[in-house]
Amino acid sequence: MLDRPALVEPLDDDGTPATFTGNRGLDQEEPLIFEIGRLDATGVDIDAPAPVSNRLGALERAAPIGLPGLTEPETMRHYVRLSRKNYSIDAGLYPLGSCTMKHNPRSNEKIARYEGFADLHPLQPQSTAQGALELMQTLADWLMTLTNMQAAALSPKAGAHGELCGMMAIKSAIAAKGESATRNVVLIPQSAHGTNPATAALLGFSVRVVPAASDGTVRVQAVREALGPDVAAIMLTNPNTCGLFEREIVDIADAVHEAGGYFYCDGANFNAIAGVARPGDFGIDAMHINLHKTFSTPHGGGGPGAGPVVLSERLAPFAPVPFIRRKGDALELVEDAEGSQSFGRLTAFHGQMGMFVRALAYMLAHGGDGLAQASKDAVLAANYVRASLRDVMTQPFGDRICMHEVLFDDAWLRGAGVTTLDFAKAMIDEGYHPMTIYFPLVAHGAMLIEPTESESKASLDLFIATLRDLAQSAKAGDMMRFTQAPRLAPRRRVDETLAARKPVLRWEKKEAVA
Amino acid sequence: MRYHPLSEADRRAMLATIGVPSIDALYADAPPATLLKTPLDLPKGRSELDVERFFSRLAERNLPASRAPFFVGAGAYKHHIPASVDHLIQRSEFLTSYTPYQPEISQGTLQYLFEFQTQVALLTGMEVANASMYDGSTATAEAVLMAHRLTRRRKVLLSGGLHPHYAEVVRTVSRLAEDEVETMAPDIRAAEDIIARIDDTLSCVVVQTPDIFGNLRDLTKIAEACHWNGALLVAVFTEAVSLGLVKSPGEMGADIVVGEGQSIGNGLNFGGPYVGLFATRHEFLRQTPGRLAGESVDADGRRSYVLTLSTREQHIRRDKATSNICTNSGLCALAFNIHLTLLGEEGLTRLARVNHANAVLLAELLAEVPRVEVLNETFFNEFTLRVEGDAAELIEKMAARGVLAGVPVSRLLPHADLDDLLIVASTEVNTNEDRDAFVAALKESL
Amino acid sequence: MSDLRYSKDHEYVALDGDVATLGISDYAQSQLGDIVFIDLPEVGKKVVKGKEIAVIESVKAASEVYSPVSGEIVEVNPELGETPALVNDDPLGRGWLVKLRLGDPGECASLMDDAAYSSFLKTL
Repeated sequence: MLDRPALVEPLDDDGTPATFTGNRGLDQEEPLIFEIGRLDATGVDIDAPAPVSNRLGALERAAPIGLPGLTEPETMRHYVRLSRKNYSIDAGLYPLGSCTMKHNPRSNEKIARYEGFADLHPLQPQSTAQGALELMQTLADWLMTLTNMQAAALSPKAGAHGELCGMMAIKSAIAAKGESATRNVVLIPQSAHGTNPATAALLGFSVRVVPAASDGTVRVQAVREALGPDVAAIMLTNPNTCGLFEREIVDIADAVHEAGGYFYCDGANFNAIAGVARPGDFGIDAMHINLHKTFSTPHGGGGPGAGPVVLSERLAPFAPVPFIRRKGDALELVEDAEGSQSFGRLTAFHGQMGMFVRALAYMLAHGGDGLAQASKDAVLAANYVRASLRDVMTQPFGDRICMHEVLFDDAWLRGAGVTTLDFAKAMIDEGYHPMTIYFPLVAHGAMLIEPTESESKASLDLFIATLRDLAQSAKAGDMMRFTQAPRLAPRRRVDETLAARKPVLRWEKKEAVA
Repeated sequence: MRYHPLSEADRRAMLATIGVPSIDALYADAPPATLLKTPLDLPKGRSELDVERFFSRLAERNLPASRAPFFVGAGAYKHHIPASVDHLIQRSEFLTSYTPYQPEISQGTLQYLFEFQTQVALLTGMEVANASMYDGSTATAEAVLMAHRLTRRRKVLLSGGLHPHYAEVVRTVSRLAEDEVETMAPDIRAAEDIIARIDDTLSCVVVQTPDIFGNLRDLTKIAEACHWNGALLVAVFTEAVSLGLVKSPGEMGADIVVGEGQSIGNGLNFGGPYVGLFATRHEFLRQTPGRLAGESVDADGRRSYVLTLSTREQHIRRDKATSNICTNSGLCALAFNIHLTLLGEEGLTRLARVNHANAVLLAELLAEVPRVEVLNETFFNEFTLRVEGDAAELIEKMAARGVLAGVPVSRLLPHADLDDLLIVASTEVNTNEDRDAFVAALKESL
Repeated sequence: MSDLRYSKDHEYVALDGDVATLGISDYAQSQLGDIVFIDLPEVGKKVVKGKEIAVIESVKAASEVYSPVSGEIVEVNPELGETPALVNDDPLGRGWLVKLRLGDPGECASLMDDAAYSSFLKTL
């Protein structure tokens, strides 16, 4: 007879196990592969190798690795059970501000799997991959048209990698002008994504923080005060991380250029303005575009992303390899930086081709008109949420028009004994993924809501009604709903302090008790 | 538009609630001159059928690996991926979820990352691994930066057997971060005396095995020389399947092991997305870049997983972060995790043996071809051929005969005067017919 | 604890001859929340008043500790590697961070005593 599975202990209020298995109906517990797999089990049948004399020298492995295997049915069950412990955009509204959780069309998944794209090797002869190069060039053309910029570097693997690419181009341009020794400061507003200062620091720049005005935006006057002959560039997000359009962006660009610096625009929030305004018209020099946000390539539980960078005329010569150029009737991938001003190579191959296919499919499906509509609907939805909650929640910079996301703070919770974190966890019990919390840092107890254009009005209305109900509970002191939350998720609150104090980052075989 | 649920009536009602007359009024903060007055010069939206037709036509202009005898490697490899892998990674809960910042409703992602980390640590022979990086080349650059932080030195020595594109990535980042790089000459026969170049000014030495030319390298003595000089050994691999048959870098004394995980679970995809593997010693954890999933308990005491040690990361440390990276390659890590679970030790070992045997069979056939020389003493599933004439021209001629024969070294090292070298890979997908086709096309094209 | 001297950044020093024991105040630990890791300097390191001496990490934040005095590190608290929670549980006792030999004992004069620090906290 089998004992109760030992690894799960869901207890009822009186401390007794709720079920024999630890499962609760469809909510099923699942051990690690290391606890259910066997070294001699496999889910792949492979023909025996041909008998040959080995050419491994003395480097053949002698000891076992310790990797467990599962047969195919066991594998399916393991991962299907794991998947059911995740929230997803397909299952519900996912209002993570600054992350853009919008619908991921399945046609894009299908197209990315065409063997003419998915089964191409990055180093096979270019004559056998002309369709792939054409696809990349078409994507680059769309990105340049949407931004009114003069070049596109496709290879960056994600947004932060794109930032690195843009700032490397800027650093190279400064070096070409012989100003490396003097221009070593990058201006960054307080509300910036953490990647901005991290990128600047990686490239040896020091960071000078630009304060925001009381309305949450950066004033050209504050930029002028921070500018000097030592400034290499400004890194500014527009719309910014508070969900606000940087009203003085054109003047800021002029001021930075007058002072001999470059303007790096963090394009994370391009999804608010694609098809409505072009960043090139703001006067920027470089901007990365998160294809996984604006152009809806799936987030995949944290990647892979893709972060192509568009560049102005004066930065274009410094773009990384590889890049595509026309050579007669054919397209050629230029992979050799020598003899050019290109700053070099960012990654082994040509970038996230699988994401290029999906992003371009998304663009073609929308068309120029559809992309503008997507931006507008996203801005409309965020403002609808703002207008529907402004009487119960507070905004750090007053009630004003926002872009694709709306920022609330926790002033309205003061005295209620409920924190932003509690409020977010209570949303989980209501079947919602929480909004982004505690970012940006400029708002106390920040709650950043980005509903996206993918939500119907009925969906937004229920979401709004739920938040209003929760807000009333919080103000009424219904503490249980918050401090105990989540109660109905696969897990209650997880002890992050324990995880950080005693890091356990891999499974280890338990020593047998003697 | 099929992806936009709001109707015109919805929009009007929402605008009324907001109290503005039009959506355009919501863009009032933008300088008026920057708002487009006329639509962009872009095509109108298309139906799903029409979009798919467009891409089918583009796809038809490419020759996929499965449609030809295929021997191209040099950093990305054609392997068979079980159908269940692709099915599982397309489940909504994996495909359309975000980074697991809310652990209570992200245990699926967190548990597979924990499993992935354990698999990578086991495979590389190291104590800990992170939740993946963009790809092998960027993981290598991150390893070098980490070694700089740990040793407080800023000079790296790159082996002449390191993938030239990986070396370029390291040199690009180093030049712009103002760190020093020394690169050994291309080392076709794994004959370089790298140990003689190691001294106490180096933060780390980067060595790849199997190297770009296919040679297997014993890292043991290099590791000893590094440690004697207070430097770290960064070991690199681009073919993860090799670890099923050859000694792990950890066993040979490496301090940081990085590599490309594409071979397990992930398709070729014309270069990306791939999955970078990153493993190291427990003592270096605080300087490790990238995300980490850790074990903990929930309020009921049940075992749970959570992202941890995030104070290393950019969203908290900003300009003091260990890296500017804020993403991993989650779904590719999942594909790796599932495929390796399906294989298990038994399957991986067998897969590696078949790869090796197929490469040996091909090398033996090619040894018989006049005006061609197999240069390798040792190899796993990839080796270097010296051919008469220009290898780049040769592979174009062979491609015209329907055989994708490999990567000319001149494509990776255009200025090294190695135009007669060809890197050839053979995996489990190659059949006897493929090998015969290779030899026939080669003879006709030489 | 009347021999403790506090800085406006919430560090304290306890003097014993020319050696000062340095830590963070009870108020500081309560603001930081559960401490999970402390990055301490090496013994022998020269410290300048006002410069970073250690980094204290909680789950979601990393905070620099600035030395209120100048000197040379002579000892770091060996227990904190294994048990960083000591800083939460007993900041003025077993949760001390480092001991340093003072370069200029006169620097302590500008620090607040218990009473002054208590009134300072009330102004926050």
